[in-house]
Amino acid sequence: MEEVPQGCPGTGSAQAGQGASCQGCPNQRLCASGAGAAPDPAIEEIKEKLKTVKHKILVLSGKGGVGKSTFSAHLAYGLAEDENTQVALLDIDICGPSIPKMMGLEGEQVHQSGSGWSPVFLEDNLGVMSVGFLLGSPDDAVIWRGPKKNGMIKQFLRDVDWGQVDYLIVDTPPGTSDEHLSAVQYLAAARIDGAAIITTPQEVSLQDVRKEISFCRKVKLPIIGVVENMSVFICPKCKKESQIFPPTTGGAERMCQDLKIPLLGKVPLDPHIGKSCDKGQSFLIDAPDSPAAVAYRGIIQKIQEFCGHHKPKQEPLPSS
Amino acid sequence: MEAAAETGNMASVQHIILVLSGKGGVGKSTISTQLALALRHAGKKVGILDVDLCGPSIPRMLRAQGRAVHQCDSGWVPVYVDQEQSISLMSVGFLLENPDEAVVWRGPKKNALIRQFVCDVAWGQLDYLVVDTPPGTSDEHMATVDALRPYGPLGALVVTTPQAVSVGDVRRELTFCRKAGLQVLGVVENMSGFVCPHCAECTHVFSRGGGEELACHAGVPFLGSVPLDPELTRSLEEGRDFIREFPESPAFPALLSIAQKVLTEAPARLL
Repeated sequence: MEEVPQGCPGTGSAQAGQGASCQGCPNQRLCASGAGAAPDPAIEEIKEKLKTVKHKILVLSGKGGVGKSTFSAHLAYGLAEDENTQVALLDIDICGPSIPKMMGLEGEQVHQSGSGWSPVFLEDNLGVMSVGFLLGSPDDAVIWRGPKKNGMIKQFLRDVDWGQVDYLIVDTPPGTSDEHLSAVQYLAAARIDGAAIITTPQEVSLQDVRKEISFCRKVKLPIIGVVENMSVFICPKCKKESQIFPPTTGGAERMCQDLKIPLLGKVPLDPHIGKSCDKGQSFLIDAPDSPAAVAYRGIIQKIQEFCGHHKPKQEPLPSS
Repeated sequence: MEAAAETGNMASVQHIILVLSGKGGVGKSTISTQLALALRHAGKKVGILDVDLCGPSIPRMLRAQGRAVHQCDSGWVPVYVDQEQSISLMSVGFLLENPDEAVVWRGPKKNALIRQFVCDVAWGQLDYLVVDTPPGTSDEHMATVDALRPYGPLGALVVTTPQAVSVGDVRRELTFCRKAGLQVLGVVENMSGFVCPHCAECTHVFSRGGGEELACHAGVPFLGSVPLDPELTRSLEEGRDFIREFPESPAFPALLSIAQKVLTEAPARLL
């Protein structure tokens, strides 16, 4: 499979920029110069910049629309409920940024300061950065190919002045492509604590999520665990459960057993979650006693525990 | 039409329809699959090209996972879903040895494979080619639109779910269509409401009305709302033919009207 198309020899290889398929590639000259093989100096710069960030968490899923941004937003809300915890939320979904809307920050602008871009602060202890803040109108499409997206992510990591932060949460687009590789590579020296992987119960989603897990293993990214979102639906009228997205192959639970990774929790499908997100409010505050909010809190606690036990600076990366 | 369009594998493909959405998980692959099945029931020969390289869903939805693509003189032979060979299928899923393997590719490599998919698949005679895309407005989309441009695609179906967060991303997709010179056949709202099987109460799980509002705002046709139906999800999980098996489902009329729109749009373009 790796040979189809008989294409890119890889930016780091000896053939970089010289293969037949490199003809016409926009990066041909760059690859041929050997610059691709040398580590990007930005990696060290990012490490320096993020020295003030204690924990870095990636929120991933192979599948779109399973609730990555919803989860990222609520992880940020939940962690920031403690006034003494500084939280940063970075949205690297360049083509479909949802975080500004979900956090009620649509139309906000990023400001420049001497030490870089200032994130948009929702609370004193909750800063947010997204490509959405850089767009003029909600109709503006970011029609960018990979290299341009990578440049943006690099800027987000290197040039945003986060200040002292306990948790940096990185919300990603679906898939296993440019954005993911870039985030992992740029953060390689700064060390990522781990990835939280989001899925829905049905196999069509799980099959993409297994690919995401194999991606994490390929790039040696520790997996904190899996969150099953949209698990069951509780009818607001009769309070009975239904499975809108049926777990025909055992859902996330079975997948986690098979792949030996922790299941962090299951969040039921609650229409209020979507409503809160549309209004840009925290569901954890809108419906604090709902089963979904309780599930969220349990998961957030497990992630905090993981980060507490896990000291990325001293420990070697766990082997996959 | 350009000279290039007269030859090659795409020459006998009548109509090309792209299924797009800025947002992931809204049902692009579901709509693509159901549209293909509905067109098949109308007696058409249909091909589906799945250009979602990192998360191909179509093979599973048509129970074709694990099948292999063969080579012939004119290129890759697509996978036929049924014995009558009325639906043919091409997806990166058929090229993976292990279904859990991740395709960790950056843009240029994805673009090259998409160009191959467009040029080197021996579709044969097709009435419709449905192109299912990944979410976003990036490499895959530009590569697909560029590669298909010489063949004059009929247009794009844009899929959204009702909530504002999804509609926001889909607005950007409409801008993409405009910039790429792609006609928008219409907006489809998926996952519109859920009818509780216990008490028949309809809950708008992902809010309501967003798709229609968007279509209105953007001045494009609104093709209908497809409600959330666990039977539809289940049928896709098992790769069954929903349109044949569940004609009483509330999702059925919406799917049919989308197919109808595509069928009426096509001859209009031939004149």
